[in-house]
Parts: sequence; C-alpha cells; structure tokens
Amino acid sequence: MSSAAAKKPRPKYLNLTALLFEIRLPLPGKVSILHRVSGALLVFPFAAWLLYLLDASLGSEAGFERIRMHYLPMPAVKLGLLVFIWAYCHHLCAGVRFLLLDLNKGIELVPARRSAVAVLVVSLALTAFFGWRLWSIA
Amino acid sequence: MVNRIVTGAHYGMRDWLAQRITGAIMAVYSLILAVVFFTGAPLTYGVWRDLFSNGWMRVGTLLFALCLAWHAWVGMRDILMDYIKPTALRLALETGVILLLLVYMGWTVQVLWR
Repeated sequence: MSSAAAKKPRPKYLNLTALLFEIRLPLPGKVSILHRVSGALLVFPFAAWLLYLLDASLGSEAGFERIRMHYLPMPAVKLGLLVFIWAYCHHLCAGVRFLLLDLNKGIELVPARRSAVAVLVVSLALTAFFGWRLWSIA
Repeated sequence: MVNRIVTGAHYGMRDWLAQRITGAIMAVYSLILAVVFFTGAPLTYGVWRDLFSNGWMRVGTLLFALCLAWHAWVGMRDILMDYIKPTALRLALETGVILLLLVYMGWTVQVLWR
C-alpha cells in the first residue's frame, strides 16, 4: 500500500460533500442512481402531469386544441416534457440492462461498463429524437 | 426470522419478480405505442380519440397503469427503505405513495371510460 493511501483518515463517513465530490462512481453506478432518480421523478410529478395531459386532450376537441396550440408551446412545458422524455428513456434503457444482468447477460466488468455507456448514449439520443419531434409539433 | 420491521420488505422474491415482469410488460407497451404513433396518421383530435376508444388500447393502457402501480410501489418502497430511517415517517410516506398510486389508477379508469 502506498503511503498516500495509508494516510487517509479512517473510518470514512458519508456526507453530502463526500457523496457529491469525493466518491466517484463508476459508470454502471451512475446508470444505477440515475435509474433510481428517474424512477422517482416518473412517479411524481410526471405520471400526474401525463394523466392531466391525457385527461384534458381526450375530454373534448376544445381541450385537445387548447393543449396543442396554447399549452405545449410554452417553453417551460416543453422543457419539462424534455426532462420527462429523458427520464422515461433512461429508465426504460437502464431497466432493460438490469433485466439482462438478472439473466446473467453481460455481467463481466468490460461488457457491463460498455452496456452502461450504451444506456447513457442511447437514452440521450432517444431524448434528442423525441425532443426534436416535440419541437416540430408544438 | 425475528425482528421483522413493519415497514420492511416481505422478505421474499415475489415483489422482486413482480417488479421485473411489470417492467417488461410496460417496455412492450411503450414500444407498441411508439410504433402506433410513428406509423399512424398525423395527430388530430379525431385520431387521438379513436385511438383511445379502441378496446385493445383501453385494456392495454389499463394493464399499463396496473403494472405501473405495482412496479412503482416496489421501487418507491426500496427508495424509502434506503433513505428514510424513522419508522413513523417511513410508514407515513409509504402510505402516501400507496394513496398516490391508487389515485393514478382511479384517474386512469376515469380518463379511459368517460
């Protein structure tokens, strides 16, 4: 063991500074915590928001047009929907990865890191695609 | 096993497995919905209303909502078990999550069969 490692104060207590700046998670760890964060965001507020949008747009033609012409074009709404799209895509992609890991697919270090990168990249690419579709309809 | 805590998990694999099965069902629904969106006619009110008055779509969406509730319950309970240590607060938050998910299910039924 090097002398630098030996001098580290032990025990190491977890606090916010340590979690944010000192402990650097490997990529699969980042995918995992983002899966948790996106899941919580999808439960609230996004599920409630999507139900509101579905309710208002299916209720009447006037409601549908109000959502499409006046509600969706608002910058804050579009930005919020973009966050929803990312959360959904990330949660889906990371979820598929976890299902494959549960089936013992890709559990070696190198494939696991590669699939973690793939989850981050694919979910961002899907977010860009659906975001582009959103900006082109509203 | 002794020392079971009231806000703990149920020490079995049922919820673990349910979370995975419901997740897979929701993934399939998402893919189907994406295909329907991108191969269908341009979205007008008529197209939108007809889509959700289709019997398969209604049943599929209700199934999605039920899967979501079960899946989200397991996930939120895991989160609360990890971060919220006082039993009273955890129980209150778990109750809140259950109520929220029940509201979502009721609202979904109301939206689909108005």
